Amino acid sequence: MGIIEALVFASERPIREDDIKKVLPAVKPKDIREALQDLIEIHDKNSGGMYITQVAGGYQFRTRAEFSQYIRSLLEIKPKRLSRAAMETLSIVAYRQPVTRQDIERLRGVDSGGVLKLLLDRKLLKIMGKQDIPGKPLIYGTTKEFLETFGLKDLTSLPSLKEMNELFDEGEIEQQTSLLFGDEDTQTE
Amino acid sequence: MGTDTEHPFGIDRYTVKLDIFEGPLDLLLYLVKKNEYDIFDIPIARITEQYMEHLELMRVLNLDIAGEYLVMAATLAHIKSKMLLPVPEPEDGEGDEGEDPRMELAMRLLEYQRFKDAAQTLSTFDILMRDVFLKGAEVERDTSEEVLEDLSIYELVMAFRKILLEAPKDSFHEIIVEEMSLQEHIDDLERVIAAKREVVFVDLFPRGASRSTVVLTFLALLELIRNTRVRIYQADTFGVIRIYWREDS
Repeated sequence: MGIIEALVFASERPIREDDIKKVLPAVKPKDIREALQDLIEIHDKNSGGMYITQVAGGYQFRTRAEFSQYIRSLLEIKPKRLSRAAMETLSIVAYRQPVTRQDIERLRGVDSGGVLKLLLDRKLLKIMGKQDIPGKPLIYGTTKEFLETFGLKDLTSLPSLKEMNELFDEGEIEQQTSLLFGDEDTQTE
Repeated sequence: MGTDTEHPFGIDRYTVKLDIFEGPLDLLLYLVKKNEYDIFDIPIARITEQYMEHLELMRVLNLDIAGEYLVMAATLAHIKSKMLLPVPEPEDGEGDEGEDPRMELAMRLLEYQRFKDAAQTLSTFDILMRDVFLKGAEVERDTSEEVLEDLSIYELVMAFRKILLEAPKDSFHEIIVEEMSLQEHIDDLERVIAAKREVVFVDLFPRGASRSTVVLTFLALLELIRNTRVRIYQADTFGVIRIYWREDS
């Protein structure tokens, strides 16, 4: 277990189980996985400054969120933020990928060229190819950096989108939604 | 929308481009929530009126009104006209004719709301280089153009509208001669807020200030928000809006 912890620490990128297997061919994959889970637990339990998290298909040491202000002060950085427009666009791509710019703009109701460019520059999105329809529009998807930035194991660990009837917390629309979707559930997804 | 007409406050030279306006759907959602309208039964006439008021306000501020806002205005007008027509008798069982002309818009708003919520949730995650860090993390100089997140821009515009309506109309000629430039207003406002650290929004506009001063002060404030010099808070929906100097700026 000590070896595996050292490997997780020393790895530049989130280390995958396969990477560990290459270093430790004699250890069974099942044991590697168990050791990793144990390590996650150990670091969760002791209240040290770091934790191990499963991110972008691998494992990685990160500093705990509660200490962010000290680290920012050490590194002399301001909290990094994305505008609401960028976060919206990013979410649409994350949940609906592969998508075209047109898909995004139909959903947001507003030109999204600038935001897309920003997200591409930040490497949170990538161009996945061209859609095989007239005009051959580019299709976009999220990157590994996206998973790393938001601390996601993979795309399936994105929180599920709210159902239509959960959207307005006042609850006054619940009745109408059930009336509307009672027999045509397919429309919501 | 009237871009080539002379602007009453002589601020044509400054077209303020603000990406804090998120688009027509965002504006409509804001109006629906603020008025606590039922999303499936939006009073189209009233919401169109309010929507147009906002567009007018954006025009007064000489903000760049994207074409999408005008398309939405046309859509609203179209729905409104459809609702004035008598509902046709369903003939041979095809259910479509009887459909509420507002339904498509409601669905778009709901779908948009879903992703707004998802974006909101994602922003609360432990984000790398914001909340959590790696060892020996490479530091990139922050070039982000973040804007206000604590208060909807529309709340701010509504608050501004109230002040604008109360401001005495000033006669046309004096203004152009006597007014300070927008840049001077920005510098002025920055000095005031930096000195006081915290200011109440309405106090930025002294009673009796001319309309042009009010508009320019508001534009200056938007500029400071955009440059992340200040931060805006509102405790609750109709509460006092406060402006804070950003210590880290």
